[in-house]
Amino acid sequence: MTTPAITANGLRKSYGDKVVLDGIDLTVREGTVFALLGPNGAGKTTAVKILSTLISAGPGSGEIRVGGHDLAADPQAARAAIGVTGQFSAVDGLITGEENMLLMADLHHLSKGEGRRVTAELLERFDLVEAAKKPASTYSGGMKRRLDIAMTLVGDPRIIFLDEPTTGLDPRSRHNMWQIIRELVTGGVTVFLTTQYLEEADELADRIAVLNNGRIAAEGTAEELKRLIPGGHVRLRFSDPHAYRTAASALGDVAQDDEALALQIPNDGSQRELRSILDRLDAAGIEADELTVHTPDLDDVFFALTATTVPAQTTQPKENAR
Amino acid sequence: MSSLSLAVRDSSTMLRRNLLHARRYPSLTLNLLLTPVMLLLLFVYIFGDTMSAGIGGGDRSAYIAYIVPGILLMTIGSTVVGTAVSVSTDMNEGIIARFRTMAIHRGSVLFGHVAGSVLQAVISVVLVGAVGVAMGFRSTDATPLEWIAALGLLALVSLAFTWIAVGMGMGSPNAEAASNNAMPLILLPLISSAFTPVDSMPGWFQPIAEYQPFTPAIETLRGLLLGTEIGNNGWLTIGWCLALAVLGYRWSKAQFDRDPK
Repeated sequence: MTTPAITANGLRKSYGDKVVLDGIDLTVREGTVFALLGPNGAGKTTAVKILSTLISAGPGSGEIRVGGHDLAADPQAARAAIGVTGQFSAVDGLITGEENMLLMADLHHLSKGEGRRVTAELLERFDLVEAAKKPASTYSGGMKRRLDIAMTLVGDPRIIFLDEPTTGLDPRSRHNMWQIIRELVTGGVTVFLTTQYLEEADELADRIAVLNNGRIAAEGTAEELKRLIPGGHVRLRFSDPHAYRTAASALGDVAQDDEALALQIPNDGSQRELRSILDRLDAAGIEADELTVHTPDLDDVFFALTATTVPAQTTQPKENAR
Repeated sequence: MSSLSLAVRDSSTMLRRNLLHARRYPSLTLNLLLTPVMLLLLFVYIFGDTMSAGIGGGDRSAYIAYIVPGILLMTIGSTVVGTAVSVSTDMNEGIIARFRTMAIHRGSVLFGHVAGSVLQAVISVVLVGAVGVAMGFRSTDATPLEWIAALGLLALVSLAFTWIAVGMGMGSPNAEAASNNAMPLILLPLISSAFTPVDSMPGWFQPIAEYQPFTPAIETLRGLLLGTEIGNNGWLTIGWCLALAVLGYRWSKAQFDRDPK
């Protein structure tokens, strides 16, 4: 077994009386994507700041190793192994994109030729060639984010921290960013990602930890997390109150929503169970106006796990029309 | 790479970055040059006759000779206000957080600012000095060695005040606050021997004017360029500069080593 890329034991941090991280344990295997998922204010950014050596861990924290190096004893060695793209763009707005890249090359002590080569290559890869000679402050949000990641990659880091890499990006830029992250992992890089988008964690991450109120509420693969909460259901919606009532009595054990004229039937999403519902509706001669099959997704897990702090959101489960 | 060559290499990279900023956005530096130039013009051409009477007679050219060394040091005070502003602005930039997570020499961010600022201060002094020369300032009997010493003195004073300004910039939450906090560096020369001799000031105030850092530096520069008595002012200046540089360095470093917000 190889050494994990990141391990942290009992990570703590408080500001004054406010406890931000209340003893979290993390292990990230090499070459995988680890997503730290949580609502705003859960402590995601603080965790990234500590793991990336930007701020020190709070008193009482256990050992933290990044790239095999103890952060307390040898932060410089850990820094040499990592790249960080924070939530707020870490580019120098006063100079051009190309100058930003060359600055990184100089700070990684690449030779002049090597620096130019890497810069040209990354600008090309991140579609920034045209904007290369313009000041970075004039870039759009998506361009800044791309430049930010490109700068992070100059030193060829083995471990990359991405703090909410797609927050504020439009859908196309978001998918581009996902593609970039997948390519990084293909190249053997370990990615530590924070996000408040469940879809993103589901898409990218090998393992997901749900952070809530400074604690890890659950950890596992997306599948494991989905198994944590009760199964799915079928939802039938009617416009005719009579059909609604007939269906309710024909189907028996269902949850009724009289306001919306909707029925909710427990269902595992299998073809056989679905057919049995349809058969019973056919037998009673009723047709529903809308049928949706709901399988548990990370949203459900997320809301179930973080319910105590965000009650308002639990009433809005996401439906997946099939 | 040894830690010294790492420090030199990273600091010079940071210096290049800061010079690039200064070249791209010269307005801050140029604005700060206006204050000493305006004061020079004002005191020579508007108040010149009265002022020259105040330094014991002589004509206007005698007052030009008197005031230029003071104005040159005031230029330094004025330039480093720009340093405080740009350091404060820079520290709020995301790029500084990136630097902190990179395996670069820890102090290079600050060294780059200091080196860039000292260079700018020296260039500013040369520019303001050129205005002085155009107005009729002439060094009477300075040997080449004294010229070198004068330049060294200006560089040393720049270094000392730059470190203080970096500390002020780091301690300020934004550019406005930095500009306000660094204001004493512009005001201090006004209560030195820059414009009028210290012994013409009220008795209770004389010790303050005499021993504050600018007066000994101004008197030393006068001595070097105009052949007046330097006395112990040279040593006082070196003492002040070393003390301020060390204080500013430690203050800045302590603030940089603290966890960012």
